[in-house]
Amino acid sequence: MFDADHENRRDFLKCMAWAGTGALFTFNAGIGSSIGLDSAIAAPLRRTGTKPFTFVQLSDSHIGFNKPPNADARATFREAIAKVKALPVQPDFIIHTGDVSQLSRDDEFDDAEQMLKDTGLPVFFIPGEHDMLDPEGGKAFLDRFGKGTKGAGWYSFDHKGVHFVALVNVADLKPGGMGNLGAEQLKWLAADLAGRASSTPIVVFAHIPLWTVYADWGWGTDDSAEALKLLARFGSVTVLNGHIHQITQKVEGRIAFHTARSTAFPQPAPGTAPSPGPLKVPPEQLHSMLGITDAMFVRGHQPIALIDSTLSA
Amino acid sequence: MTRGFKMLTFQAAALVGSAMIMLTLSEMTRAAPAPAAAAVQIDNFTFKAPLTMVKVGTTVTWTNGDDIPHTVVSKDGVFKSKVLDTGDRFSFTFAKAGQFGYYCSLHPHMTGTIVVKA
Repeated sequence: MFDADHENRRDFLKCMAWAGTGALFTFNAGIGSSIGLDSAIAAPLRRTGTKPFTFVQLSDSHIGFNKPPNADARATFREAIAKVKALPVQPDFIIHTGDVSQLSRDDEFDDAEQMLKDTGLPVFFIPGEHDMLDPEGGKAFLDRFGKGTKGAGWYSFDHKGVHFVALVNVADLKPGGMGNLGAEQLKWLAADLAGRASSTPIVVFAHIPLWTVYADWGWGTDDSAEALKLLARFGSVTVLNGHIHQITQKVEGRIAFHTARSTAFPQPAPGTAPSPGPLKVPPEQLHSMLGITDAMFVRGHQPIALIDSTLSA
Repeated sequence: MTRGFKMLTFQAAALVGSAMIMLTLSEMTRAAPAPAAAAVQIDNFTFKAPLTMVKVGTTVTWTNGDDIPHTVVSKDGVFKSKVLDTGDRFSFTFAKAGQFGYYCSLHPHMTGTIVVKA
């Protein structure tokens, strides 16, 4: 799939299957597919002649959460980090897509920071709404994890030819609304993208989904359409979100959307419960509903591959 | 003897003191009727009484029954709670008549209104 020049499509289709512990998603020209994890890890990258890079997405660690179904969100975050350290190919960096803490307390941020340091990897953060709860509405988070960022904590950076954009959609939320980017950030985004070649692969990350997963629970971003309009001309755009503590995917034009699992607790599928509160699964099920996402880039090729794996794997 | 006298003095003083306190309390009771109170429960990411009618002077208390924190924030900046974790409460006394819309600043699809009448 990465290696469309060498693999014939029939062979690829033959190995299309779900793996028990995770799946690999590839997106190419708007067509999303999944293949088994085992076949994905097996060799095709060797033949591209370009060294690929990977990064890991962690999300919704909610350090400090201690209620059913997870009495210790610190412990499960530690397990997620052990999983990152055990990856056969060490990622270039980690992105954390928000809700680092449960209540924005210093000890929660401290513990998250210490545990992440253990990986020895650079970490890029954006805040979730749980990280905005200090009296100054997010200053504690920004002082620690958002140095050098703009506005409520947005920024961009380049890595091996891929442009990464970190957006904040949990600041200054409007009554009755969902996530919100705001005019100032959208203006910054337009300037940030202007002048970049449409062939530049783009990865956008933000806490709340940038498409409407379920409006009744506020699972969307009111002004995301304006951001997506700015991204539409690029050949490969991947949007990585958290917030909803479960995997969902969608492909729209050349934009692939993906939400990651939490490392703390699962939430119900849209509309399947009276509220989006924690899904109180039995202890033996919990680890199969928490996880991390490993993202893989192959330079010179369009697709990004996302491998979600659970903590029970 | 001296000790007994001192004790008596103390008891007398205590009696006078408590009488004064009782007097003050009864005056207070007479001056201000029992303050009105109303409650809004937060459950399942919902303000359970989305429209609450009260009289001027009423103290409204919100209680978070969810496992997830919420806030209670006036749309017009009239009141703003700290973050309410499970079981936490926030109270505000409405001294003026009017309509006060509010929401949870973490989950802004959660909204409610307090209507205060003179």
